[in-house]
Amino acid sequence: MSLDPGLVGRVSPPTPLVAVSRAQIAAFADAIGASDRVHHDAEIARSAGHADVVAPTTFPIVVAFAALEAFLADPEVGIELRNVVHAGQRFAATRPVTAGDVVSAVLRVESLRTIAGTDIIGTCTDITTAQGEHICTASATVTHRTPEPGT
Amino acid sequence: MSKLVAGAALGPEQFRVRRADLIRYAAASGDFNPIHWSDRVARAAGLPGVIAHGMYTMALAARAVTTWSGDPTSIQDFAVRFTKPVVVPDDDDGALVEVFGLVKDADEDGRTRIDLTVTCDGERVLGMAGATLVTADA
Repeated sequence: MSLDPGLVGRVSPPTPLVAVSRAQIAAFADAIGASDRVHHDAEIARSAGHADVVAPTTFPIVVAFAALEAFLADPEVGIELRNVVHAGQRFAATRPVTAGDVVSAVLRVESLRTIAGTDIIGTCTDITTAQGEHICTASATVTHRTPEPGT
Repeated sequence: MSKLVAGAALGPEQFRVRRADLIRYAAASGDFNPIHWSDRVARAAGLPGVIAHGMYTMALAARAVTTWSGDPTSIQDFAVRFTKPVVVPDDDDGALVEVFGLVKDADEDGRTRIDLTVTCDGERVLGMAGATLVTADA
C-alpha cells in the first residue's frame, strides 16, 4: 500500500531546542577526519571571523536527523522504518553551525511520488536558532518500499 | 582559490573507510542503524555486508571539496544521491573511497560550482553530486 498523497505539505512540530557544544562539533569533525583547527579551536575560529568553533558542512544532519526520525516513526505517517532507504541529501547553508547555537528543526513534506510500488518522499528540514535565524535547510529524499503481501 | 578555474580537474582525494570509522561516525552523528555495524542485520536487509552511512561518504566528499577550496566553511550548497552502497569489509584495509572534482563556470554571483564523481572499487557510489562554493574573497 502506498502512502497517502495528503502527506505533502505536512509540517512536523519543531524538534526540542538543543545547544550545540564545542565537544559535539569536535567529535563529529574527528569522526569524519576533518582536522582543520576551526572545528577544534575557538581562538583560531574567532581569528577566522567566526563566533566560535564551526561545524563541518554535513554536521546539520545531526539536527535534521532527529526531525526525520520523528517523522518516519510517526504512526500516522504509515511508514515502516525497516523499509526506508536514504536516497538523497542536500544542504543549503546560510552559515555554518557554530558552537553555542541553540537550534531546532522543522520538517515539511515537499513531494511524494510512487513508482512501481516504491514511495519517493521529498522532505525539507529548516534548522534555525532559538532567535529564529536560519542556519541551514537540509533536504532528504527517502524511498519507502512496502513488500507485497506474502513475500 | 586560484586552482578552482572552470574546467579544472581536481583530485582524486582518497579516503580509507574501515569498520572503526563507521562506529565512530555512528556515535558522533547519532545514526545507529545496525546495517552500519552488524553483518547479520545488513545481510538480512539484502546487502552483501556492513555498509558505510551514506552521510559518512557525503562527509568525505565535502572534505575533498574543502581541501580543494582551502576553506572548511566554503560550501554553501551541497547535494548528492546515494546510488550504490559502500561495502566495508571487516578487515584492516576496509574500503577505498575516491573523490574527483570538475570545476564548472562561476555563476553571476561569483559562486563556483564543482561537480563530483565519487567512487569505490571503480563504481560510482554517489550520483548527481555537486557543491556550490562561496568565493567572496576570490
